[in-house]
Amino acid sequence: MITAKGDAPEMEKVSIISLKDIAVSFDGEPVLKGFNLSIGDGEFVTLLGPSGCGKTTTLRIIGGFVRPDSGDVFFNGKRITALPPHKREVNTIFQKYALFPHLNVYDNVAFGMRVHGKSERAIRQKVGKMLDMVDLRGFEYRNVNQLSGGQQQRVAIARALANEPKVLLLDEPLGALDLKLRKDMQVELKKIQKQTGITFLFVTHDQEEALSMSDEVVVMDKGAIQQIGTPLDIYNEPKNAFVADFIGESNILDGIMREDFLVEFAGRRFRCVDKGFRTNEPVDVVIRPEDIDISKPDDEKLTGMVQNVTFKGVFYEVIVDVHGFKWMIQTTDYVKSGEKIGISVQPDEIHVMHKSEYSGKFGDYSTFSDEMGDDVQPLPKAEGAE
Amino acid sequence: MKWGMMSSLFPRQRGRNKEVKSKAAVYPYLVWMIIFIIVPTALVVVFAFTDKGGTFTLQNLQEVGQYSNIFLRSIWLGAVATVVSLVVGYPAAYIISRHSVSRQNTLIMLIMLPMWMNFLLRTYAWMTLLEDSGFINRALMACGFPSVHMINTQGAVVLGMVYNYIPYMILPVYSVLTKIDPSVIEAAEDLGADRRTVFLRVTLPLSMPGVISGVTMVFVPSVSTFIISKMLGGGSNLLIGDLIDMQFLGSAYNPNLGSAISLVLMVLILICMGIMNQFDENGAAEGGMMV
Repeated sequence: MITAKGDAPEMEKVSIISLKDIAVSFDGEPVLKGFNLSIGDGEFVTLLGPSGCGKTTTLRIIGGFVRPDSGDVFFNGKRITALPPHKREVNTIFQKYALFPHLNVYDNVAFGMRVHGKSERAIRQKVGKMLDMVDLRGFEYRNVNQLSGGQQQRVAIARALANEPKVLLLDEPLGALDLKLRKDMQVELKKIQKQTGITFLFVTHDQEEALSMSDEVVVMDKGAIQQIGTPLDIYNEPKNAFVADFIGESNILDGIMREDFLVEFAGRRFRCVDKGFRTNEPVDVVIRPEDIDISKPDDEKLTGMVQNVTFKGVFYEVIVDVHGFKWMIQTTDYVKSGEKIGISVQPDEIHVMHKSEYSGKFGDYSTFSDEMGDDVQPLPKAEGAE
Repeated sequence: MKWGMMSSLFPRQRGRNKEVKSKAAVYPYLVWMIIFIIVPTALVVVFAFTDKGGTFTLQNLQEVGQYSNIFLRSIWLGAVATVVSLVVGYPAAYIISRHSVSRQNTLIMLIMLPMWMNFLLRTYAWMTLLEDSGFINRALMACGFPSVHMINTQGAVVLGMVYNYIPYMILPVYSVLTKIDPSVIEAAEDLGADRRTVFLRVTLPLSMPGVISGVTMVFVPSVSTFIISKMLGGGSNLLIGDLIDMQFLGSAYNPNLGSAISLVLMVLILICMGIMNQFDENGAAEGGMMV
């Protein structure tokens, strides 16, 4: 279970790590402020955010490499704020693996156990098991510098897990791998996490990676948590314009909540499934590009002018100008640039959010279509516009 | 040899110069090397195996044997100076590498500063300091301590060697230490190593290339020095350098014997370096070994 700031009072018996009111600044520049987070035992939790949002710092605080200016870190209920890294029951997989260049694969994996004074017999057994798990049997006496990026990554995983940590911290571990390998490693990491039952705290700026691997996603920006939830929650019910924009593509429009289940935007009123807002409260309205239906224009519908069509493989990405606001629509129907179309949205595809500091900053694709130019026509063969 | 020493002084600045556009650019260096390295070395070999008349002989090499005590003394004093330089220089390099970059630059400049002064002058300065009526003894006596005989002892020679050559120990060790990826150190801590263990299992092994460079750069000039022993060791602590000096410029003028001694010294140093290299197979790749 994971809890955001505010709902801490009940004893969190299942949380293995919790951060309380953490504040950190580097050279007077605040990196984290009033940061609260607790992580449930055995979960795969991802810290997601743009670079500079404080996610790596959060990880380093838990690892013991950064001392917070204020606030406390708890591990299984015990305060470990001042505990040096070598006494913590967490292990880290570093961004560039940080393997020991003077040791071979075997000795790298054995390092933690040797430091802890385990017998060579036990070490031999454990290293074998770890190398089996990451599929590196037979590489024991290789020099780590001669391994490929993916193999080095596996050694780093084996080395960290050989110590049997309660929590594994992963600092953008897949960032240096190419796309294909990254996908494979995502699956593999998830598998290892399920097998071992160890809590994984994963840091990434790749939203797709976060959505596909995690039990819980913590979206961060500017040193604060923007939203915590399952990948589905984060995608379907973003809390503010930042989250809506960072996770996937979003059209974010200014709107007014007229009453429960009725929202007004783009000059029209729409049925929706949101309630609990003040009457006539200004809101942000999120509509995902894939949730918009296009049809022949008529008076009942919003109408707009197609500005640009890009073929994306499975779908077309269409930029439509509706009274000056540029919408992005992803559709399998073909439309021509310059065509007038009607657009409609189902009530449950409309997501209404409170206004936030991010309102008005995201969600309009006007710059997008300007860049592309208005008469780009990638496909010569029209499949018949509806 | 000199070039090898320069490159091992700054191991990290060694670049791979393979992509020379035109082979012609190599010729000036080639000519230079032939004139100033190959030819003199060949001459030394020729002189060593000939007598004054120019006929082949092994007489010179056989004569070298009678100076074995001087060889032993040179190697012994050179080794002591190298060990002292290592024991003093490694911690110095380590401490410097812990500071901020701007601080590091200042400290390294302070280490280099004495080297801007003439070698002879520096050694002369030590003479006046160490003399029986020199500065140190006068200071001691002024404080009521008995004076200590320091000049013309082996200790004074070792002091001179350490003083003059310790920068060559500090610089390569320092430059290798600063090259170590901090995240590797963090990884060791993360895996449960305390500071002592991190040093012994990670920092020290990773700095071995620098140590080997440093040992080489202090040992070689220490073994073959002649000025330091002449000025600080008096007549009683003759080293090989002095012996060679005497054969070429001194009263005992005998270039053939001098060449034979040089040749033997060269071989001995090569053997010592060969043994050193065994300690770290990766030394050549990481730290830039000479030879």
